[in-house]
Amino acid sequence: MESLGDIVKEFLIESHENLDRLDQDFVKLEHAPGDRETLASIFRVMHTMKSSSAFLSLKRLEVLAHAAEHLLGRLREGKLVLNPEIANTLLATVDNVRAQLRVLEDTGAESKGDDTELIQSLHLLADGKTIAKAPAPVVAPAAPETAASQVDELTREFLIETTENLDALDRSFVRLEKTPGDRETLASIFRTFHTVKSTSGFFGFGRLERLTHAAETLLGKLRSGELALTRDMTDALLDTVDVIRTVLRHVEATGKETTHEHRDLIDAFARLSGAPAPLPKPLHASQKASSVVDTAADTTPDPNATDSAPAAKPAAVEVKIMGGHGPAEPAAATGETRPQSIADTSIRVDVGQLDKLMNLVGELVLARNRLMPFAASRPEAAFIAATQRLNQITSELQERVMKTRMQPIGNLWSKMPRLVRDLANQCAKQVSLEFEGQDTELDRSLLEAIKDPLTHIVRNAIDHGIETPARRAELGKPAAGRLHMRAFHESGQVVIEISDDGGGIDLARIRKKAVEKNLFTEEQVARLTDRQVLEIIFLPGFSTAEKTTNVSGRGVGMDVVKTNIENIGGTLDLQNRPGQGTTLRLRIPLTLAIIPALLVSCGGEKFAIPQTGLVELVRLDGDQAGAGIEMIYGAPVVRLRGKLLPLVFLGNELKLNSTPPPIGNGSARAPVNIIVLQAESHHYGVVVDEVHDTEEIVVKPLGRLLKGVPCFAGGTILGDGRVSLILDVVGLALHSGIVEKIRDRGLGEEPAAAPVAASNEQSLLLFDLGAGERMAIPLELIARLERLPQEDIVVSGGGEVARYHGEILPILRANDFVAGERLPAVAQHGIYDVVVLNDRGRRVGLVVGRIHDIVSESLKLQPWAGRRGLIGSAIVQNEVTALLDVPGILRELQTEETQTS
Amino acid sequence: MAATQIFATFIVDGLLFGLPAVEVLELTNCREMTRVPLAPSTVEGLMNLRGQIIPAIDLRRRLELSPRPAGKLPMNVVMRTADEPVSLLVDQVGEVLELGEETFEAAPETVRGVARELLRGVHKLPGRLLLLLDPQRIIDGIVVENRKPVRPPQTS
Repeated sequence: MESLGDIVKEFLIESHENLDRLDQDFVKLEHAPGDRETLASIFRVMHTMKSSSAFLSLKRLEVLAHAAEHLLGRLREGKLVLNPEIANTLLATVDNVRAQLRVLEDTGAESKGDDTELIQSLHLLADGKTIAKAPAPVVAPAAPETAASQVDELTREFLIETTENLDALDRSFVRLEKTPGDRETLASIFRTFHTVKSTSGFFGFGRLERLTHAAETLLGKLRSGELALTRDMTDALLDTVDVIRTVLRHVEATGKETTHEHRDLIDAFARLSGAPAPLPKPLHASQKASSVVDTAADTTPDPNATDSAPAAKPAAVEVKIMGGHGPAEPAAATGETRPQSIADTSIRVDVGQLDKLMNLVGELVLARNRLMPFAASRPEAAFIAATQRLNQITSELQERVMKTRMQPIGNLWSKMPRLVRDLANQCAKQVSLEFEGQDTELDRSLLEAIKDPLTHIVRNAIDHGIETPARRAELGKPAAGRLHMRAFHESGQVVIEISDDGGGIDLARIRKKAVEKNLFTEEQVARLTDRQVLEIIFLPGFSTAEKTTNVSGRGVGMDVVKTNIENIGGTLDLQNRPGQGTTLRLRIPLTLAIIPALLVSCGGEKFAIPQTGLVELVRLDGDQAGAGIEMIYGAPVVRLRGKLLPLVFLGNELKLNSTPPPIGNGSARAPVNIIVLQAESHHYGVVVDEVHDTEEIVVKPLGRLLKGVPCFAGGTILGDGRVSLILDVVGLALHSGIVEKIRDRGLGEEPAAAPVAASNEQSLLLFDLGAGERMAIPLELIARLERLPQEDIVVSGGGEVARYHGEILPILRANDFVAGERLPAVAQHGIYDVVVLNDRGRRVGLVVGRIHDIVSESLKLQPWAGRRGLIGSAIVQNEVTALLDVPGILRELQTEETQTS
Repeated sequence: MAATQIFATFIVDGLLFGLPAVEVLELTNCREMTRVPLAPSTVEGLMNLRGQIIPAIDLRRRLELSPRPAGKLPMNVVMRTADEPVSLLVDQVGEVLELGEETFEAAPETVRGVARELLRGVHKLPGRLLLLLDPQRIIDGIVVENRKPVRPPQTS
């Protein structure tokens, strides 16, 4: 059945897998009835089933799964022991769920049927009683409606369009609740409903048409200001959206709408809009946008066939005359020409296809890499040209295919407002939801994998984290709790942060609960550090909630979150600010991506380091090599621009056969290569044997077998066909203990305020241009810092360029752009300090006088207009420092380039 | 004739082993291997199988047999698993055999150690025994030693 919605399809696939596992687990459990791990696994599966069903509004499934979960909870807590009766009932439940899913798969709608008996049995057993009679037989779900008729092209379009409309509606409603009077949002909702109504009429879905008509009537009054929006109205409207979704799924499967009359909702609308449903006001033709859809109404078959109000017919006719130019939806659907929309130019492709394509492209890249050396050794110009062309095409193909798999995280987040709203209502709390970085793209499969964890986290934040409005008022916080979701790229990983400004986690309470639940003895708990106490909430079955609710409190949430995130090789970090909220930070690795990486060798093996985690390269030569590395209580450090940089010897850390570099005043004069990396907000240096080039690498997962091996973010295949490991910059820091040390110290010293303060800070590169004036560039604009020998910079095509990692790097001299700095940049000992900047995809080198330091400071910029090349000045480390106008300089370069070319 | 099954056979340290042929994806020559630091010692490394990175398990080490003599190149038996394909390093690839139930017998009780865990049973061939391996168990037994988070103490 191809026509099911994506979400439902995924749900089905996932559930089938889960059910298969349940079967195995139950059997395993019967052999070892007390096995906690198996029980916990079964419980998790049932819980997921319940949550997903609830999410998809599959009521019947949800209720059944809830009952089974309850019984399993008792088993897991050890309050009940598995006996054949319980096992049979649970297996019957699994069979029943499976049967229900099959109907869902066939018809696209939830099956009807009665599970009361089974649910009662589950409850009886959970209470420690026995069932008098045999466990309820598998209730045969209602037979699916007659075999799915072929859904034709037209209907399919209707379905796609309407589904999109519904998603938009969800968002609009949530927005509307915040600004109830917003005409524009109301008008947009009205239009959407109207479109759905008209198209339903066109397709002869009378029941759907009558329902949407009733909703439209209410919306008309809201839009005209006759009525004000109440929560009841929003609920009814949102319910309608859900009903339409269900009907659509049915249409998709069978080509027919459901037989449900939606009486309850229609009556509710009549009541809410002040029954009896009056004549809707003629629509204002002046309202441009609505006139477009209003023209649609005239193609609608008479909607008053049965019970609906004598509806918009005159109005529609009137508008038809006035707005006849609009691209009416159903008319266009039947017909020929229509302006191209995005939907017309896009197709749906199976992800499996893309995976195969991606693998093939990877192969092509390898074949290309093997071919390239031949080209270099051959004199024929035509052959060289052909390989060059192949080279370019391969690279571009690679990039394009990659991009097809990426999706902005906003796609996933768009489901959040509705979820948050419903949860907040359920928990009687007020929550304002904020997003940052919706455009952050990540691979589709990862997006899928984090969907559930994210839902759980949001659930937890609202249920446990954010306080009730009354309590917040007492604490002097705004009534509405703040839930902030932020996504960004860091060190080659995607970081997703979910923070709330609720009560935070009460460590004392966790300690107490942990003892109550017999997880630890009182003595053990007392010895745990705060950080270790936080870890407790990730244990299976741990919950601090006083009572179990529909939302949370069964203690599955965080356990599932952690398991799911770790399954995709991610990590999870919890920051707790008691009384002020919590921040959960998910780090998602790139399992499938092409990234620039630096290749290094150590102990005879090549490793790739993602460029995003790279800060700079430092090489200690000659005298420095011996004296550069010093030891503090066994921890190697190096002085870098006056600061101590902790070091990790890659060879030691990975237990490779590599001779560690000399420490102290050793006589050895071999150069030492240090790669400065950034993990979270800390810098550290990695000492390797050799540094090679930067290369674009295809990141591939290491697979399940090696999942737990620390320090690696994946593997890649190099040009020679060899496999190389990609270092996980954060993982290496954690494994070597560097970050943990810094972080644990930081946690004790400055608990709450630190993250907030840090966000205002900016990292700056300090340098001069030879005349002594201090200058700065924000570090985020800088790709790398380099030291280039004078002779590497040559004049070509009217400008200066340098060879740089196989590319040509345009060279600018900062002096030429800054007014007042007339001294030429001097090369010290024939070496230039060069700041490599990112300029829309390419690199540009900026020659400066001397690089001093990198500092973090919150800036108060004093803007200047007068001086060319500078945007202003600020106090940095108690000294006046001028800020270079990097965008301005790059603009000047572009103008020059376009003039010369 | 009762139901028969087809087996791919191979030799490791002089012993004849077999896997159900349906589990075997392909047999290939020795390839360049990249060592994985900090990985379990039974994992020989990673290899490039037409653009896919797959781990290789040294069956001699996994079966606790004597180490492979230096200079002797192994063969790869690439096997299907629940997740990614995995290569098993063997000394030599044998014939493909179709065998019926009548030659099969469970491993004798006296078989101990790792073999007890990894063997499904034995086929009594004329003059030779074919030891049937359990593909999933070969993989499942390999555990990465990872630093564990706080775990509740075992109270039972």
